[in-house]
Amino acid sequence: MTRIELPSYLEQSDEVKERFDEIKQREVILEVKDLYKYFTTAKGEITALKNINFKVHRREFVCVIGASGCGKSTLIRILSGLESASTGQMLLDGEPVSGPGPDRGMVFQGYTLFPWLTVKKNVMFGLRSQGMSEANAEGEALQWIDLVGLEKFSESYPDQLSGGMKQRVAIARALANKPRILLMDEPYGALDAQTRSRMQSYLLQIWHNIDITVLFITHDLDEAIYLADRILVLKAHPGEVQEVIEVPVPRPRDPEQFMSPEFLATRKRIDELIHPPSDEDEDDKLNMIRLTRVGDEVEP
Amino acid sequence: MSSSPWFAPRVALSTKRTRVLTIVSFLLPLLIWSAVSYVPFLWHPKVVVIDPGDVSYFKVDMLVDREVFKKESSKVEAAGKTLPTGKRANPIYLPAPHEVAKAFVTSFTTEPQRRSEQWLHESLWHSITIIFWGFILSSLVGVPIGVLCGTYAAVSRIHEPFIEFFRYLPAPAFGALAVAILGIYDGPKIAIIFIGTFFQQVLIVSNTTRKLDISLLEAALTLGAKRMQLLFKVVIPGILPDLFRDLRILLGWAWTYLIVAELIGTSSGITWFITQQARYKNFDNVFAAIMMIGIIGLLSDIILAKLGKYIFPWERSANKA
Repeated sequence: MTRIELPSYLEQSDEVKERFDEIKQREVILEVKDLYKYFTTAKGEITALKNINFKVHRREFVCVIGASGCGKSTLIRILSGLESASTGQMLLDGEPVSGPGPDRGMVFQGYTLFPWLTVKKNVMFGLRSQGMSEANAEGEALQWIDLVGLEKFSESYPDQLSGGMKQRVAIARALANKPRILLMDEPYGALDAQTRSRMQSYLLQIWHNIDITVLFITHDLDEAIYLADRILVLKAHPGEVQEVIEVPVPRPRDPEQFMSPEFLATRKRIDELIHPPSDEDEDDKLNMIRLTRVGDEVEP
Repeated sequence: MSSSPWFAPRVALSTKRTRVLTIVSFLLPLLIWSAVSYVPFLWHPKVVVIDPGDVSYFKVDMLVDREVFKKESSKVEAAGKTLPTGKRANPIYLPAPHEVAKAFVTSFTTEPQRRSEQWLHESLWHSITIIFWGFILSSLVGVPIGVLCGTYAAVSRIHEPFIEFFRYLPAPAFGALAVAILGIYDGPKIAIIFIGTFFQQVLIVSNTTRKLDISLLEAALTLGAKRMQLLFKVVIPGILPDLFRDLRILLGWAWTYLIVAELIGTSSGITWFITQQARYKNFDNVFAAIMMIGIIGLLSDIILAKLGKYIFPWERSANKA
């Protein structure tokens, strides 16, 4: 068996390098400075997030990845304003923000559509909350519903839709507010593999078509590499940024690229970061009982 | 050919089986009642006198215990006189089904014994108005407090501990007090229904409100909803179908307080009718009146259930899916 020698994930083609140079020129939408989050539990104080610092540029797609318990959900909840940081700052367009607001759209894993409202009314919710008139809000909502391809379902109730469709409504609902950044908390975690990959392509299309910056939380390596410009890899206990990876896979992305050398090299690197070889692995081994039949030779 | 088992845990029955069992659930008690009423050797602890013979105190149609009848018969026999005849009968308080069925019509057409008294339909209507006002007044106060308790921890803390204590106090215990404050007519009766409903209502409604998925509130916050919008655009519409279900159950409970409530002050409504008819030993009318309460309760609940499906279309679609 021959092993294919992978290039380094740090090697970028000229095209990719140019793209990253261009992104870094753009204005900074979101900046997180020295962010810490402590939780007090019965066992004492736990540091959930430690010294988080990063910037997201306009129209950039950033993924945050980490093993479960690394605090990635806490991070996005702080960014959305649903939880507050213990110390540190969060700047949106250079202005400090706190508390939830329509300037940061949020898409949750559990859809969180309002079951008593039709698809159209769900998408209108944010606009109406901000005092837009019924007629204007309806017009805007229908455009967003068109964008996610659900125009036939605008009068349906959420429970009549499939999981993938619900998540498209949730995206439309968040985008209708014209947020500065779209925060997505493992949005496709509850979907089956096929729907999931379809939703990923949809999201890339939407992101390509409109002026939106995305911060996307996931624990799926392929998803992160497929979607992101940059990936923040978090380490658990305490949640810390281990490395920020510039994905060397060129755009536009295509599922074919899953087997490309750049893709695999990036994947290998993130896998090493998230699952470092440790003593714990020994404990994880199951004590397998050997199943033998009479007459089988049992090696000692 | 449906060969699915009748007893499978948490598996729905076919429509046909559901229908059959619903009918059987009503038919079975009726069957037992009919058997006890019409099969002479089942129970029938009394004897109705057909011919008194030579027993001095027996009269035609008199109901006597079987032992008494036997004893008197043997006494007369020993004296060589004419034997009394009779047939086995049930006590007067257990009328046969057909008598009660007849009473469903006759109790409405029987004129009240006295001018000042009410016809049955008037009594029933009076009972319904008592329930209505007691329940409406309770809901007008109880539902908003319950929703606020379920939404805001501070509101909950200031109400629920006391209400939790108060709900253990039996509503009828306040009867005398209610009469002293509100007089002897409808006031204290409505008050008893109110006390019986209100405290449970606040706790049940606040519990239902708390069960609303908190992530819906979080989603609304990230969409820019403000405080009052959270309450009126998320919490209230979100719990409405469950709230409606709660109120249906509570309305059933309100009915159980009706009889006690109507005994307070001057007896009135269906309770007055029942006690009055029992006094005249018209037990067929008593049974009919009790059943009417059940029928009114069941019908109103069925109507409300249908209404619920109509006013909450998203629930209907959820059930279909």
